[in-house]
Amino acid sequence: MIDQILTASVFAAALRLATPYMFASIGEMFGQRSGVLNLGVDGIMLMGAFFAHYVALSTGSAVLGVGAALVVGAVMGLAMAFISVTLKAEQGISGIGVYLFGLGMSELLFQRLVGTPRSVEGFTDIYIPGLSDIQFLGIGEIFFRHNILVYVAFLLVPISAYVISRTPFGLMIRAVGQNPQAADAMGISVARVRYMTVILGSMLAGLAGASLSVALLKVFQQNLTSGLGFIAVALVYFGRWRPVGILIGALLFSFVNALQLQVSAIGLDIPAEFAVMAPYVITIIALVFASRQTEKPDALTKPFERGE
Amino acid sequence: MTNTQRIETLEMRGIVKRFPGVLAVDHLDFDVRAGEIHALLGENGAGKSTLMKMLYGLYQPDEGSILINERATRIRSPQDAIQQGIGMVHQHFMLVPSLTVAENTALGMPSRWQLNLRQIARGLSELSERYNLKVNPNLPIWQLSVGEQQRVEILRALYRGAALLILDEPTAVLTPQEVDDLFVILHRMIDDGRSIIFISHKLHEVLSISQRVTVLRSGRRVDTIPTSQATKPLLAEMMVGRPVVFEYQRNAAQQSGERLRMERISALSDRGELGLKEVSLTLYGGEIVGLAGVSGNGQSELAQVIAGLRAIKGGSIWLDGVDMTTHTPRQRHTAGVSYVPEERMVDGAIKEFTVAENYILQDHGHAPYVRAGVLLNHTAIRQACEQAIHKYEIKTPTTDTPIKSLSGGNIQKLILARELAGSPRLLIAAQPTRGVDVGATEYIHRRLLEERAKGTAILLISEDLDEIFALSDRIAVMYEGRIVGVMPRESVTVRQIGQMMAGATADAV
Repeated sequence: MIDQILTASVFAAALRLATPYMFASIGEMFGQRSGVLNLGVDGIMLMGAFFAHYVALSTGSAVLGVGAALVVGAVMGLAMAFISVTLKAEQGISGIGVYLFGLGMSELLFQRLVGTPRSVEGFTDIYIPGLSDIQFLGIGEIFFRHNILVYVAFLLVPISAYVISRTPFGLMIRAVGQNPQAADAMGISVARVRYMTVILGSMLAGLAGASLSVALLKVFQQNLTSGLGFIAVALVYFGRWRPVGILIGALLFSFVNALQLQVSAIGLDIPAEFAVMAPYVITIIALVFASRQTEKPDALTKPFERGE
Repeated sequence: MTNTQRIETLEMRGIVKRFPGVLAVDHLDFDVRAGEIHALLGENGAGKSTLMKMLYGLYQPDEGSILINERATRIRSPQDAIQQGIGMVHQHFMLVPSLTVAENTALGMPSRWQLNLRQIARGLSELSERYNLKVNPNLPIWQLSVGEQQRVEILRALYRGAALLILDEPTAVLTPQEVDDLFVILHRMIDDGRSIIFISHKLHEVLSISQRVTVLRSGRRVDTIPTSQATKPLLAEMMVGRPVVFEYQRNAAQQSGERLRMERISALSDRGELGLKEVSLTLYGGEIVGLAGVSGNGQSELAQVIAGLRAIKGGSIWLDGVDMTTHTPRQRHTAGVSYVPEERMVDGAIKEFTVAENYILQDHGHAPYVRAGVLLNHTAIRQACEQAIHKYEIKTPTTDTPIKSLSGGNIQKLILARELAGSPRLLIAAQPTRGVDVGATEYIHRRLLEERAKGTAILLISEDLDEIFALSDRIAVMYEGRIVGVMPRESVTVRQIGQMMAGATADAV
């Protein structure tokens, strides 16, 4: 029976399903490393998913759809940054506000502009020449037959790790998140860095939404993400604010997701509800064990005030 | 000096800074020249830090101008200040603990895509050799001692091309030997044509290091004089506005029997390491034992253990011959243990409460403050508090004023009044005058000596060796969780205590 469940297509699905987690979590990580907790990720994903889908539907271009998702993400990020950095509002509450706005607005626009769920052509899978034919252990099928966004998501791991640890921008982000007073005294604009990370993170959240609506599922419907953005926030904690940790967490959850699909597909007698709950239960258990002794930014959720 | 334009003269003219409700800096003039150490002296709240923060671009002056090499210059941000060749070593170090020395130096430098940490590390090593500031550029800050962190701050400012260095209370965290080392470094820097502004409230340091001294009081400049014409009493009077007593009259100790005995006490620090390692100490009635040490060597933990606020891993504590190792803080207080904590706004008072409420924090549960068993008797509370305000010369508008709007000195006096109200058998005074102005310090010292005359045993924990030597009958020194020696005050010198604070044992000094 186990060979019926653990097929190469399950592993391939796990990689595909990890895409939205990775975009959203790595984006969220940038914000958190600089001290801003953005709980609105799910709402931004919904807005990104809707606009990507709508633009792809009306123009027939998935690439334009992704562009629209990035723009919408940036706008929502700007709003989040304005509320939490400039107005110094409580970050947890303003994030929930952004989430509820995204949830309601994406549904309203969907009903007004589209109405019934419609499928788009979206991104098709790219078979990497040579590699996609490897039969050994199903490697070709698992790793090299995906849409462009899957490849981009995995490339984002080394890129973001490099940016955080090796560039002046990454250094500024870490400094602002650990000790904003010190960063300020060294001539770094704390507000500017936080605006940049929140906007960047929100663009990636928008991209995460697009990866659902024009690549993975290729449809949009009300509350398409069903809380995926909150898992993405939790994954940042799980991954201890490091891209590789996030990658491991994202794969863990997407693998459980893929298993759940497979288990119901082959008609095992496990109530589907258990399978749907599983990732969330695992999230909580994993967080209890993972959240101790971390690189948590000291200034996370704390607005910066000069001269204390 | 490499990559640095010299600052021949820097002048601040007619500077005014207002904060809501306060005039922090009032039409102030100040200047500094190349090759000079100019001391800025004043009590807490006199405006020293505010003035320097304007020079470093952290605040904007409401009026007045800044001239560098006789050209009017606006300093809008620390970035501007650094570009003009101004560096600042803050009182609370501005370093990111998780980053390395080199990474902290790279912070805020004109950004390229790639961090060239190796080049920065090389530059830092060159500077550290030239000025004898030994630091490993590749270590993260959290692994460095406080003294090393200060060296990093200085090195970083030099690396960023500081021609003028502002040092805000640089000696507060150093042992006497480290202070001597720092002074040698500062002299080498002015020989190179740099200039230094040295902020302090310690008179003997100002007298020994500076060429000129400017004294501030309540946001105004009292005067600027050459240090050669200054004396300790003169500077103190300029600072406070009236003559100040330095030598207290002390009667010979009237020692009575054993009061507190600690045997082989061990306890964990907040970081989970062994912060106290088998500490034994005995205090007698009618004496003040000064506990010296660089902060973080176990003094705070020891105070908390005696007050019952920190669990112990081993050992025992006896008060008046009674084992109180397992007693709760309340039981200890009832038995006569009083505690003036180090962090007065965290452990000593509740910010949002009024003066009267803070005054009865300990004794709110019984007569005369309680009526009918459960109700607070506000009349009795106010009367008791008013008496304390009168007796301890506490400056507060009313007993109902929130304590957070009082000055540090007045808050400390109120805490002292509360802790001394029950005639304690033992008083633990942790950093009783830190951040307290000279006038209130003098008053608190007198009260401690009065308590000693009444027969109270007092454990005085302080990083200020002047304070330790002015008040103590015996001096104990802590280093890395152990008491490395206990000696009668008459038989040791400041220098010996300083060496013990850095780890030498009593036999070696």
